Amino acid sequence: MTNRKYSFVVAGGLAILALFAALWVVLIIPKMNRTAADSLGMGDYALLTTDRTPFTEESLKGTPSAVFFGFTHCPEVCPTTLGDIAGWQAELADQGKELRTYFVTVDPERDTIDMMQEYVSWVPGVLGVSGPEDEIKKAITSFRVYAQKVPLKNGGYTMDHSAFVMLFDNKGRFVQTISYGEQFDSAMKKIDALL
Amino acid sequence: MTSLNKSALITGFLMALATSTWAEDVPKPIPFPPTQQGGGMNHMGHENYAHGMHAMETVGDLEISGFYSRETLPNAPVAGGFMTITNNGSTDDRLIAASSDISGRVEIHEMAMENDVMKMRELADGLPIPAGETVELKPGGYHVMFMELNTALIQGDTVSVTLEFEQAGSTTITMPVAARQGGMGHTGHGGHMKHGS
Ligand SMILES: [Cu+2]
Repeated sequence: MTNRKYSFVVAGGLAILALFAALWVVLIIPKMNRTAADSLGMGDYALLTTDRTPFTEESLKGTPSAVFFGFTHCPEVCPTTLGDIAGWQAELADQGKELRTYFVTVDPERDTIDMMQEYVSWVPGVLGVSGPEDEIKKAITSFRVYAQKVPLKNGGYTMDHSAFVMLFDNKGRFVQTISYGEQFDSAMKKIDALL
Repeated sequence: MTSLNKSALITGFLMALATSTWAEDVPKPIPFPPTQQGGGMNHMGHENYAHGMHAMETVGDLEISGFYSRETLPNAPVAGGFMTITNNGSTDDRLIAASSDISGRVEIHEMAMENDVMKMRELADGLPIPAGETVELKPGGYHVMFMELNTALIQGDTVSVTLEFEQAGSTTITMPVAARQGGMGHTGHGGHMKHGS
């Protein structure tokens, strides 16, 4: 092969590369960004709430909602988060509002619907969510949260898990998170923007 | 090298480029905004644990104070116990075990928040209480954990816990049960009218 032919092939390759890069920037990246936020919470998980209603991606639509993952054997993050949510709901109640909230277990083995019912019963607007382990795994993937079983010395186990509350708008699109321990006023600002 | 090989090489390179970038499309944790309090753990525990704060228990060179537990949620299978332990002696000590009537087991744990993830670990070798130092068991950190809780803890109750130290031996403390954590914003949030109409 001659040098000229060689240059031609390289130039052609570079041209294709440039085209690819341009297409990438113009078409693919915006789409990816959109999908990243829009697809959060979307998936084919099929779970059950403590109201015995289905919990699927469709559950996120219609009304703004909050979703957080945890488990009842949680030492303090989950009770504290539920306590915070009770505080938000009390504030919202003054305005005649309520934030629909789902507490999805990352520990379906121990957290049955019956068990979760009482656990969340005292917080207005909060439904517990559980189901078969593989469906919970699907939900964990769909919401892109972290959950990991960690064995304890005496045969039991605990769960490491993401500790934030995710907010979704009335079209079921992810908006933002409320961090664990976030100040009341800061959390309320985020919720007020949603409702 | 034939031109076919070279084109194949270039195509291969482009494909590799394409696939490597496409791989980014695989769902991965989206970068959540950083927390406003950097994990939000340190400002916890500012409530007033009136009773436990004044109680003090001494065993050997150790001084145990500020001990309390918290009211549990309905059906909660676990609860945490907190305290401050000061070693006034010149020998390192270690909290190696704990037990209580209210639960099947009491374990010594450490909790931490890492990148918005709650992690809890059992301290297999117990909790060191070095000579001359003070170790705090508090929300968001070290705690004794009541596992297989056989009763609900209600604010105002007390919980009897036996602690076993490597050097100082055993002692039993009576922990008051404090209010639940969280939801501090609304309660005593005198100015909440401004959020209304
Ligand atoms: Cu623990």
